[in-house]
Amino acid sequence: MSSADLTSERDLPSEREASAKGDIAPEHDGPRDTGMDDASLHHWLTRTWRTPPGIIGALSSVDHKVIARRYLITAFLFLCLGGLNAVVMRIQLSGPQRGLVGPDLYNQLFTMHGVTMMFLFAVPIVQATGIYLVPLMVGTRNIAFPRLNAFSFWIYVSGGLFAWVSFALAMAPDVGWFAYVPLSGPEYGPGKRADVWAQMITYTEVSSLAVAVATIVTVFKQRAPGMSLDKIPLYVWALLVTSFVVVFAMPAVMITSTFLILDRLVGTHIFNPAEGGDALLFQHLFWFFGHPEVYIIFLPATGMVSAIIPAFARRPAFGHLGLVLSLIAVGFLSFGLWVHHMFATGLPKLGASFFTASSMLIAIPNGVQIFCWLATLWDGRPVIRTPLLFVFGFFFTFVIGGLTGVMLASVPLDLQVHDTYFVVAHFHYVLIGGSVFPLLAAAYFWFPKITGRMMSERLGRWHFWLAMIGFNTAFFPMHIVGLWGMPRRVYTYPAELGWGNINLFISAGAVLFFLSFVLFAFNLVHGALRGATAGDNPWDAGTLEWATSSPPPSYNFARIPVVTNVEPLWAERGALPVATGLRVDVRELLVSTVAEAYPDIREKSATPSIWPLLAAIAVGATFLYSIFTPWAIVWGAAPIAVTLVGWFWPKGDPEDEE
Amino acid sequence: MKRLASIALATAITLLLQGCAGWQSALDPKGPAASELAWLIWFFTGLCAVVWALVMIALAVPLTMRSRLHIDPLVLDAGADNRKLRAVMIAVGLTAVILVGLTLLSFFANRTLAAIGSDAALTIRVTGHQWWWEVRYEDATPSRILTTANEIHIPAGEPVRLLLTSTDVIHSFWVPSLSGKLDLVPGRMNVLDIKADKPGVYRGQCAEFCGAQHANMGTFIIAEPRAKFDAWWNDQLQPAAAPTSDEAKAGENLFLKRPCVMCHKIGGTPAGGTVAPDLTHVASRQTLAAGTLAMSRGNLAAWIADPQGVKPGSHMPVVDLSGDELNAIVAYLEGLK
Repeated sequence: MSSADLTSERDLPSEREASAKGDIAPEHDGPRDTGMDDASLHHWLTRTWRTPPGIIGALSSVDHKVIARRYLITAFLFLCLGGLNAVVMRIQLSGPQRGLVGPDLYNQLFTMHGVTMMFLFAVPIVQATGIYLVPLMVGTRNIAFPRLNAFSFWIYVSGGLFAWVSFALAMAPDVGWFAYVPLSGPEYGPGKRADVWAQMITYTEVSSLAVAVATIVTVFKQRAPGMSLDKIPLYVWALLVTSFVVVFAMPAVMITSTFLILDRLVGTHIFNPAEGGDALLFQHLFWFFGHPEVYIIFLPATGMVSAIIPAFARRPAFGHLGLVLSLIAVGFLSFGLWVHHMFATGLPKLGASFFTASSMLIAIPNGVQIFCWLATLWDGRPVIRTPLLFVFGFFFTFVIGGLTGVMLASVPLDLQVHDTYFVVAHFHYVLIGGSVFPLLAAAYFWFPKITGRMMSERLGRWHFWLAMIGFNTAFFPMHIVGLWGMPRRVYTYPAELGWGNINLFISAGAVLFFLSFVLFAFNLVHGALRGATAGDNPWDAGTLEWATSSPPPSYNFARIPVVTNVEPLWAERGALPVATGLRVDVRELLVSTVAEAYPDIREKSATPSIWPLLAAIAVGATFLYSIFTPWAIVWGAAPIAVTLVGWFWPKGDPEDEE
Repeated sequence: MKRLASIALATAITLLLQGCAGWQSALDPKGPAASELAWLIWFFTGLCAVVWALVMIALAVPLTMRSRLHIDPLVLDAGADNRKLRAVMIAVGLTAVILVGLTLLSFFANRTLAAIGSDAALTIRVTGHQWWWEVRYEDATPSRILTTANEIHIPAGEPVRLLLTSTDVIHSFWVPSLSGKLDLVPGRMNVLDIKADKPGVYRGQCAEFCGAQHANMGTFIIAEPRAKFDAWWNDQLQPAAAPTSDEAKAGENLFLKRPCVMCHKIGGTPAGGTVAPDLTHVASRQTLAAGTLAMSRGNLAAWIADPQGVKPGSHMPVVDLSGDELNAIVAYLEGLK
């Protein structure tokens, strides 16, 4: 590790002095970017940071943008698969006593729909967006722990394959995405279906924990000089809070699924009431993760809204501090509400009332966010482009979902609507309204940065209206049919109950909503191939990701920017001040202090490596094997150890020798 | 598009005609608990609708305002921002007040609900099974304890205490027109008090996903005037009616020789299985297989001949019977009023 000798060129009296500073580096130092001309800087940095050519090279990539693109595409494919599940279910439910699918397949369908949407689409896609954007927004060259990041992607892919291959083999979990015991336990969940659920969770939690850790370190230690805590973009704040929620919530579900595997595989009786275990313990453990999970999906989406609104309202977000504090408050409070999923289990009344109060409480920081965004928009006529349309769609739907959430927080009211279609409507309003619409807004907003091309605005508007009409047609009537007494997770219903027409209407809406995604996919492909050239900053937005080219080069920024404002590109209309002094012949990052982002040290960033992929294969195979025998952990340890040794093998750097 | 419009119209008309009616609707309360809850639902819905409309208005207003595009985005009007800060503070304050109000409201509603059944004289133990309900009427006199299935007769106008538990997985007991739901958790006993204001039949069904046939786990609460209820209880305590016709006698014989006897109980005969519904008075019930089929000779035959076709995955096995044997068993069961 070399001590920091980085200096903002802006603070230096002359460029000559700056380059002189670079020259007095220790002997083993290579060339630095100080004073280097643009062409040779580009040449050096490309050679150092590019992803190696060839298939092995591609599989070895540790570039956060490459990994994020793969994540985004994979998650989108899983969204399509989960959506197809939903379409089949909606056709089955479009009338009473339809026979398209039987209960066995239907129960797998809704479980796979939930598992896919939560674990293989929503969490990965919000994290992937962060993997792409956070390093660019904080002005660094790569994410922290890039190999861990690559590993997380391969683990995620193996988890997704595991789940969907099981589905193809008709052994997909059929116990619902929260897989309550005893239904998923050894006695009532025969076969391997519940094991697939429990182990598939393990893949995704390992993957999202890895990303969370990388994100936290990137935000804390790799921010561009000058990006003190008060100048961190709101989107980055959202990802930071989300990552902490991941770190604290995921272990709870890890324990839950491990206990379940132990009950099923080893013969423990942790959840078996007949042997002194407790079936409700499972629910407490699961929802202690499960409720924060909702905010893991929702908080990054609020970050996207906070990034998009200022760009189109043409001013910095109103109440920046309030928005940051709300994010942190939501992050904390999300751990205090889990019991509102369990009001119908017969809890002591006073305890339940406490969770009514805490569930109501979280509406306050969420309200603060909504009001601050409205106040930002109030500054003038906003520029209405597709991203902002989807943000409006977010307001329209998410506020409904939030308000029905307030209804569900009330213990007595919840007892009527819990586990009915009212709840199905509520959480789709929250998750699609609160997260998917912001994600679609984000897709239109950042697509030009990722591909260098614009998506069609005209198709975008069609897409927006089709999605809005389809979504509300499909999900609003579910509130009503839930109040009419229709429970969720039923594969059919009797004609006498009079739910036929409204369900047909819902199914028609679901088909429209699915078509809107077909249109979106077309617009993505069309934009990537034929879209107008975007330029660096098509929206004239203010944050650092727009300072580099579109798509960004492998090294992100030729010179590390120096941040002077929360919207640096608006503050420095000429050219951004930059900091120099980093080596260009090896992968070197600038590490800064946590609070003030004062340049601190230069640190090496990991080079491309095939070992993360091999490690992921070893870990994935171990997880897969362990649904059959607990000894898999023992046998799997050897290949995992080999791959990890390869991964961490010393490179002969002086600091490794110390 | 035309078809869609007609569906929309049909739905709208159904909504209007039906209103909130239906024998399994939370919006069509038939007891004090459901009435309190329906009121609560409408109140919350109304308030939430107002809040939503206000937010939408606040969102729509800036679209109509004068553009300030030409200005540098970092140059802000400090006075305007101060006014906005005040507006946001007021909005947050109002939100807090509304939330505190709703919390108190639901707390007191919960107290009202808890008071409804505090003086219940009748206790019924409801045990959840995959996928039917075992119903046992408790009584201080052991000979008056009564076990039946799926249909719960109660005296109208009186509070009744239900003790809820399960022997296999978690189920949830929910009759929306009488009260909210409560889970049946193995190893635990939950207490739900219900009261029907008037005689009538109120449908409910399992609300917690419990496996393959979760969708076909219906139950009925049949509220009757006290005298009729007492008479029903006394009838149900009688052993099964002896078969009268030859065919029915043959049916009884077959029932006792075939696997039926392993799971089902018929009072007054050697059949004493307890893992499946008690059939002592099966023909007096309105439905078969937990609300899956209406009670009729044809449906009895269909259910016995092909249980996996009627209710795929159910624990009722297929029993190999000839046509005559099936008819005989049906004739016997049909007589068990």
